[in-house]
Amino acid sequence: MTARLSPGVARLLVIAGLVAFWEVGVRLWGDPLFLAPPSQVVVSLVQFAWNDPVLNALRTTLYELVFAFCLAVVVGLPLGLIIGLQRFAYGSFYPIVLLLYAIPQATILPLVILAFGIGTESKIAFGFTHAVFPILVNVVAGVQGLKPSLIVCARSMGASRRQILANVVLPHMVPSFFTGMRLAMTGDLLGVLLAELYVSQAGVGHYTRLFTESFEPQKLFALVACLAALAVFLNEMCRRAERRMSRWHD
Amino acid sequence: MNRGGATWLYHAVQALVLAAVLGLWYFVSSRGLVSPILLPSMTASFAEFGHLLATGSYWPDLDVTLYELVVAFCIAASSGCILGYLVSRSAYSIRVFDPLFAGLYSIPAILLFPLYVLFFGLGAGSKIAIGATIAFFPVVLNTIAGFAYVEKAYITSARAMGASQVQMFTSVLFPAAFPVVLTGLRIGFILAFLSILGSETIASLAGLGHAIVTYAESMDPAKMFAYIFFAIIIAFLLNGVVSLVERRARRWHG
Repeated sequence: MTARLSPGVARLLVIAGLVAFWEVGVRLWGDPLFLAPPSQVVVSLVQFAWNDPVLNALRTTLYELVFAFCLAVVVGLPLGLIIGLQRFAYGSFYPIVLLLYAIPQATILPLVILAFGIGTESKIAFGFTHAVFPILVNVVAGVQGLKPSLIVCARSMGASRRQILANVVLPHMVPSFFTGMRLAMTGDLLGVLLAELYVSQAGVGHYTRLFTESFEPQKLFALVACLAALAVFLNEMCRRAERRMSRWHD
Repeated sequence: MNRGGATWLYHAVQALVLAAVLGLWYFVSSRGLVSPILLPSMTASFAEFGHLLATGSYWPDLDVTLYELVVAFCIAASSGCILGYLVSRSAYSIRVFDPLFAGLYSIPAILLFPLYVLFFGLGAGSKIAIGATIAFFPVVLNTIAGFAYVEKAYITSARAMGASQVQMFTSVLFPAAFPVVLTGLRIGFILAFLSILGSETIASLAGLGHAIVTYAESMDPAKMFAYIFFAIIIAFLLNGVVSLVERRARRWHG
């Protein structure tokens, strides 16, 4: 048996093969109104660097994503701590949270647009409603998963409530909080992009529609590639943070 | 810990919250404090919902959505299981393809929807394509994981006892991988439903999402709310059915 390529190189070859197939296939059989070969997509990508409206749309989307995510953390973390730590709040409100989490949010998208308009606010709101529940649920799970013996132990050594919270409960909850943030970023992306695609004035949704309707697939592909890169970057950041923060207590 | 004693209190609080939400809705909409386009009157919404159920006028839209869901899921399940199984056959191909699929999975596939509308049109085709794309990844990743991490001792001992390829699959690999694959199928099914609902909202000709948007855009909020309730109930029903099937399959599997 011959020596094998390392898996990483083989993976790159697979990707290169797919791209080559795409290029050749489109040039031979594709309809230029609907499909663009990768070489033209790259040309459009480079042109975007001088295209201020498209750059602004991408910047707006990034702003919506980050704003909604921060809002979800700011709201989800304290709410999750309250529901997770207070037995009464846990018993009465946690089932309600789980019920709301299970509702398919795409059904209320038109309602969100009606309430917040077609600008950035509605995207932030829809991203927020997608992102807040994973954080909330994971913070609650993190607090609830605490071993009672740890608390008993801390208390027997004379720790005050505040010390227990700061030194036992919060550090213990950090890994699942970061898991929640990673899932929240996935939800955030889904929410903001859904709302953008549904209706948009100057955001990326506007340009996807424009490029689709003016039959410029190379620009559409390039825009989708930009957004995919943005999404992968944000997801990867959250994943790295999660891995780093979950290391301490293994 | 006295958990049982407080349960009635929790249920009472939950009932109170529900009553407060409904009461607030009734009060706010009957006094006209919120624009009726945003929040229609509660009685009108419930009347529309009752009408919807009684006349069965939901059927054409539900039919389209379920059709898209079933086709998308079948495509994703068959291609995901077959590809996943083939990849899992060698440790080398797992190391090549598993990160590739995982990486692609982290791209929000809803981005492809404008492209799919170009290729497959506004009808059911683009929804089936987006649902199948999104459902494919959890199925393929779980299939790889399920078949890749079968206890080595089982395989070695089966081989030592002279199991054929077919026997190896039916008696060792498949039973061991089954629970993990099943989880992937469940996640895929739910994701397919959610993405089909979402893409119907963005651009479509028929379906539950389409009905909600149509009534939102024709400023008929009571009907829109009725369809939102209906879609949520369908989602819960589908969730319940899928969990039931999964539990049955697990019990059959032993």
